[in-house]
Amino acid sequence: MQDVFIIGIGIHPFGRTDALSGLQQGAYATRQALADAGLDWRDMQFGFGGSDAAGNADSIVNELGLTGLPFINVKNGCATGGSALIGAWQAIASGQYDVGVAIGFDKHPRGAFNALPAEYGLPDWYGEAGFMVTTQFFAIKLQRYMALHGITPATLGRVAEKSFRNAVHADHAWRRSPVDLDTILNSQMISDPLTKYMFCSPAEGGVALILASAKKARELGRDRVRIKSAVVRTRPPGSFEVFAPSIDIERGGAPTLLASKAAFEMAGIGPEDIDLAQLQDTESGAEVMHMAENGFCKDGEQEEWLANGWTDIDGRLPVNTDGGCIACGEPIGASGLRQVYENALQLRGLGGGRQVPGDPRTAYSHVYGAPGISGVTILER
Amino acid sequence: MMDGIAIAEGIFRATPQPTLIGGRDRASGRVVFPCPADPDRWEPVDLPRRGTLWSWTVQRFRPKSPPYAGPEAFEPFALGYVELPGAVIVESRLAGIDDFGQLRIGMEMELRLVPFARNAQGEDILIYAFAPMREV
Repeated sequence: MQDVFIIGIGIHPFGRTDALSGLQQGAYATRQALADAGLDWRDMQFGFGGSDAAGNADSIVNELGLTGLPFINVKNGCATGGSALIGAWQAIASGQYDVGVAIGFDKHPRGAFNALPAEYGLPDWYGEAGFMVTTQFFAIKLQRYMALHGITPATLGRVAEKSFRNAVHADHAWRRSPVDLDTILNSQMISDPLTKYMFCSPAEGGVALILASAKKARELGRDRVRIKSAVVRTRPPGSFEVFAPSIDIERGGAPTLLASKAAFEMAGIGPEDIDLAQLQDTESGAEVMHMAENGFCKDGEQEEWLANGWTDIDGRLPVNTDGGCIACGEPIGASGLRQVYENALQLRGLGGGRQVPGDPRTAYSHVYGAPGISGVTILER
Repeated sequence: MMDGIAIAEGIFRATPQPTLIGGRDRASGRVVFPCPADPDRWEPVDLPRRGTLWSWTVQRFRPKSPPYAGPEAFEPFALGYVELPGAVIVESRLAGIDDFGQLRIGMEMELRLVPFARNAQGEDILIYAFAPMREV
């Protein structure tokens, strides 16, 4: 397998952009990534891309140019962006191509995601009864985790507080004003123990990454950020996932445990070697639980980590340096690539007011979503 | 026994001591709820009526319709997972709770049928729920 480099990155700001379709936001990000790489759309030998709710990514050729390139649509829930990246990475790592693009974009209506039972192989009564609400799952998983491992609401609040604080310095973030801990903890309870400010919101946005072989990257003088691993895993037996009318008494693993392990093995490094991480934070408890599921701390240690600010920008492992989903919102198809965008930016030292100090060399990203899928990438400079 | 129409056929028996109907994998013995509609693989089984609360939350806003079919006037409701010993952990509404602050993981609960909504004919639609065991 050949080394693969990220040579260009682009993003359309997340949030609400009424004037542009999701696809157009993807095209905006692609133009920016091409400019960053010093390339033209005509130079792209292939593309992988997707959205969850904003249409087929290959229509982007109408926006960017009818060059005849092969373009593969990806639709893989919350791992759509991550899967597009894996496709693009494999296409170059295999030696088939030298340069191509991975694109993710989305545009969701306001309010909670509106899932229908039939889309998940569930009976209609499950939705009629009011169980088809993703926020319930996150709250229930978290409620048990907190009871078993002594996590307090203050820790949940500190996660969200950090997200909003980091996002002040992220141009692409949606919610860029600081919110203090008391406001977060005392805001409207949505699904106990999670309050309004602890949740991310469905949003809009687009991200594009230009990938290249080592030869091409060197030729362009852009061989700085290397993909060390990119994996996606589905759920193992006994995992607890969204939209489950029943679960096994014998508890098992989780897709994140599988993806994390595989990614570290592929990269030949361990959690202690990572300098910064973007972890799926659908709500602040998810960030807390995913710190442990990805191997960065033991269950329960998050209390100490958050109280001591160890996941702050200047902490021992900065987490969600651009404010994560909580501050950026979650356009499903773009969210995973936003994490990789942020990591590449940080490794290039271009994080501005949110730049992780100490010249970071390794960066980790993790997405998780329905119906039990997890994607991890590790970048190295 | 409570009068009304079941929210769906085949998920519980509306007997005086109501019972959830799960499915047992004929090959592996694994139990799930509800019973999947593949009789070659899944055999319907009555699930234990009592169990312990595995985890919970409160639905504080009205879920989107469709698919939600509850009344327009929304009251927050508790829900969670109840571990039925030797069988499976089922997701359920939680009933008989005056104060959500009373909910505790590990508390003992038993199955009830509760009215969930009214149909156009004014009949109650019944759904299963677990409620704290009554003090004897």
